[in-house]
Parts: sequence; structure tokens; C-alpha cells
Amino acid sequence: MQHFINVLLNGITQGIVIAAFALALVLIFRSTRIVNFAQGSQAMFTTYIALTLMNNDFPYWVAFLGALAAGFIIGAVLERVVIRPLEGGMELNIVIATLGLYVAIQALAAILFGSDYKSFSSPVGVQGFQVGDLNLALTPTSIFVICTVGVVVVGLTLLFQKTQLGLTMRAAAFDGEVSRILGVRVSHLLTFGWALAGLVGSVAGILVATGSFIYPSYMESLIAFGFIAAVIGGLDSPIGAVVGGLILGIVNSLVSGYLAPGLVTIGAFVVLIAVLLLKPGGLFSSTQARRV
Amino acid sequence: MSVLEIKNLTTTYGPVKALDSVDVAVETGQITAVLGANGAGKTSLLRTVSGLVKPTAGTITLDGTDITGKPTESMVHRGMAHVPEGRGVIAELTIEENLRLGMRGAAKRPTDTPAPVRTLDDAYQLFPVLGDRRNAQAHTLSGGERQMLVIARALLARPTLLLLDEPSLGLAPRIVAQIFNLVRALVNDSGLTVLLVEQNARSALSIAHTGVVLNLGKVVVTESAEVLQNDATLRHSYLGF
Ligand SMILES: Nc1ncnc2c1ncn2[C@@H]1O[C@H](COP(=O)(O)OP(=O)(O)OP(=O)(O)O)[C@@H](O)[C@H]1O
Ligand SMILES: [Mg+2]
Repeated sequence: MQHFINVLLNGITQGIVIAAFALALVLIFRSTRIVNFAQGSQAMFTTYIALTLMNNDFPYWVAFLGALAAGFIIGAVLERVVIRPLEGGMELNIVIATLGLYVAIQALAAILFGSDYKSFSSPVGVQGFQVGDLNLALTPTSIFVICTVGVVVVGLTLLFQKTQLGLTMRAAAFDGEVSRILGVRVSHLLTFGWALAGLVGSVAGILVATGSFIYPSYMESLIAFGFIAAVIGGLDSPIGAVVGGLILGIVNSLVSGYLAPGLVTIGAFVVLIAVLLLKPGGLFSSTQARRV
Repeated sequence: MSVLEIKNLTTTYGPVKALDSVDVAVETGQITAVLGANGAGKTSLLRTVSGLVKPTAGTITLDGTDITGKPTESMVHRGMAHVPEGRGVIAELTIEENLRLGMRGAAKRPTDTPAPVRTLDDAYQLFPVLGDRRNAQAHTLSGGERQMLVIARALLARPTLLLLDEPSLGLAPRIVAQIFNLVRALVNDSGLTVLLVEQNARSALSIAHTGVVLNLGKVVVTESAEVLQNDATLRHSYLGF
């Protein structure tokens, strides 16, 4: 029983971080139909910025917010400088550009920050709670992670559902031309979308590092699972990203806890294939409504 | 006086000349109907006017300002509202969200623009069916209801010039009559100016002041609607009724 509860708790904590990263991917994909392969590298880079701040005696919170700001700016700059000039050409060009950025940013981080393991401390404890004689795999850090992603999800939901900016972002994502006719500056919104995705990706990057170690490729498994979660959710649905992330986190944890840790990747692909066989567009894809 | 003046406008898509030296003047407070068969260039005309397509030659003047080649996003603030071919409902958004997008366009309009529809409530009063379903996704609406939605959305931007691309498309004659009568009433009551593009010449001329016939990208006739309606030769040779 203790084992099962802990497997579940682990899965939720893992899943929620996957969800955050998948959200970043979805934010860009739903408005541009571009899969940003550099998202993970952007997040990794901003986590190094946070670490640098902490090493210069800034508190965790300042470092956290600094990384988010950096993620926001890097996202906007990449869209303007790298992606925008490639628009209108072959779609493959943009895919290749984001793949190039993925590699280039990782190399840059290795040069600037070194490629050794660096510890990234947590603002709260990493010791599991104890309830009676149950040792829970729930730590203050994992509660912090869950709450932070919760804030991000609620914040994004409010932005999209309750604000004028969010309404125009959704409109631009669904129908760019009609939005322009209605006076929406779609190109500004694309930049903002990349910036926002950069920020959300940074949150995921820092959370997975918190209480652990970082090195230039520390995001690799999160990137892979984030992509799978985003596809499970339908690639253009924020809710889908969150649900996909949680499903994947829990499945990963079950596979690792009851079968073998080495089978986690295979388990993730089995889930992916099963979902795509049952619902080829992913669980929450909105492309159905569009065809009506 | 004309709100919109189109002079010598030419638009090409690669080798295809969709508009060939087109001249159209849209008089203030009137309905100007541009008529023509499939592929005549009607949609191209509206898309060029609202900046979605850049012309290869010619000028477009709105309220005395040259707007040729200006970005589409700026047209709403200049007082132009375009209801595109196929209506342009954003199907995934709710009816009210579609209307809010229209209202957003009014923010930069002078507050003294006469406008028949200023608030969401005005829109719901004009089209009660939209009010009843305000929180439903727009893809649940019928064709006629969608047409009402996009007209209301366009009016909420408080335009001086309304561009309508084939509002009758796919609608039952009764609904077409209802929508056309409404457009005419809006023009009579509020001083709105309309550039209406239609294949359905008979219905369009019944509410228009002026008719312009487009054939293979060229203007072949510009006449008052009355003359066009009553001249059997013109009707037979260009309008097919
Ligand atoms: N994006 C485009 N690329 C190439 N050719 C185009 C494009 N849009 C329109 N055309 C061509 O330009 C000509 C005019 O088309 P347009 O859509 O303006 O006609 P229309 O009068 O609106 O026709 P309909 O009544 O069928 O809507 C046609 O020959 C059409 O094939
Ligand atoms: Mg057309």
C-alpha cells in the first residue's frame, strides 16, 4: 500500500512538470503549427541563469523570477530574429532552425557554464513527509512544484478565458486572417506567444532542476516526455497538455515502480500509440470543430 | 461625396489578372452592389480594398486618405469592416466572444461615429437569436444565424464603410430577403455606407443604389440600380435574369 501511494505521488509530481513543459510546446504549436524543438534548450539556459543568480547570493525567488523573465525575452527574440524571417518559406526550414537552436543553445551553455553536474538547491525541504508509520514520497519540494504549476495553469486559463489579450490570442490561433480583418495584430501576438511559451518552459526547467542537479542536457528526458504528453493531449490543447502530462507521469511511475525503470520509455511509447490508435488527433484536439 | 474611391485597380495572382484597371466610387450613405459571375473578381476586389491582397497598380482612397497597401489590421480603425466570403465566423469561439472581437475594433474609432450597434445588448436586440445562444460555440449556428453574427460583429466596430462578400451564399430566399432588408434599413437609418458583392443580382439590386458589373476582372457597366433593373438588355447580357 505504501509502495502504491508513493508510486502514485511520484507520478503526479513528475507528471505535473511534464505537463508544464508540454504546455510550453502547445502554446507555440496552437498559434503557429510549429513544433519548437528548441524549447527545452531555452528552458535549460534560463535555469543556468537562475543558478548564476543564486550563486551570486540572490535568493531562490529572485533567481526564479529572473529565469522567467529571461525565458520570456529569449522566446520573443528567437521568434523575431530566427523564426519570423523564415516564415512564408518551406515549413521544414523552421523545423530545422528550431533543431539547430536546440543544439546551439546547448553548446553555448556548455561553453558559458561548463558541462559538469551542478547542484540546484530547493527553497524548501526535500525530505519526505511521514504520516504515522507511512514514509510518503511527498516532499515540501514536490508540493512546491505542484503548486507552482497549478499557479501557471490557473494564470494561463485566466489569461485565455478572461482577458481581451487572451481572446485575441485564441482568435489569432483559430483564424489569423479573420482576426486581422477585425484589427488584431496577429504578428505581435505570435511574438508574445513565443515569449509566453519561453516563460512557461522556464518554469518547467527550473522545477525539474529544483532539489537536483543540472548539466547542459539535463532536460533531455523531460523534453521527450513533454513532446509525448503534448501529442497525447492533441498538440493544440492546453488542457490536453496538462492531462497528457499527468497520464504520462503516472504511467511512467507505475512502470518504473512495478516493472523496471528501464522500461519507462517503452511504456510512454505504448501509451502514445494506444492514444493515437483510439483518437488519432490526440485526446483534446480541436481540429474536429474546425472542419464543421 | 464618395467614402471609397477605387481607381485603376489591378490585382494579379501570378499569371491570373483578377482585377484589370477597376474604377469604382462608393457614395456616402449608399449601397453599391458589385455583381458578376463566378471568377469575375468580386472577392479579389474586396480583399484588395481591405489590404489582404496587394494590388499591382491603382489606388484606394478611404475618406480622402490613400490606404493602398496599408496593413489589413489597420482598416478597422480607419472605419472599414469587412465581412469576408464564407462569412468568417470564428467557429471555436462563442457567439459573444466573436462579438467582443468586433467591439474591440471600436476602441480607436471616434466616439461620435453614428453607429446602430454599439453594445452587445444592441446586437442581441437586433438579432435575438444571438442573445439566446450567446455562450454557445459559433459552429453550432445555422448559415443564416452565422450571417447575422458576422454582420453584428462588423457593426460593433462602428464602421463608416461595410464590405459584404456574398452574404446570400447558401441561404434560403426568405433569409436572404430578411438580411438584405436589414442592411437597407441600417443604411437608411444610420448613414452607413455599404459595398456589397453578390452573384445574386436580383436581390442585390433590390436594395442597392448603384450597380457595378464586373466581368473577367473588368468593370463593364456602372449604372444606377433602377436602370439596371429595368433595362432588359443589360439584365440579359450581364446579369442573367
Ligand atoms: N489566391 C488566388 N490564387 C490564384 N488565383 C486566384 C486566387 N484567388 C482568386 N483567384 C482567381 O482570380 C479570379 C477572380 O477570383 P475571385 O475569387 O475574385 O472571383 P469572385 O468573383 O469572387 O468569384 P465567386 O463568385 O466564385 O466567389 C478567378 O479566376 C480565380 O481563379
Ligand atoms: Mg467570391
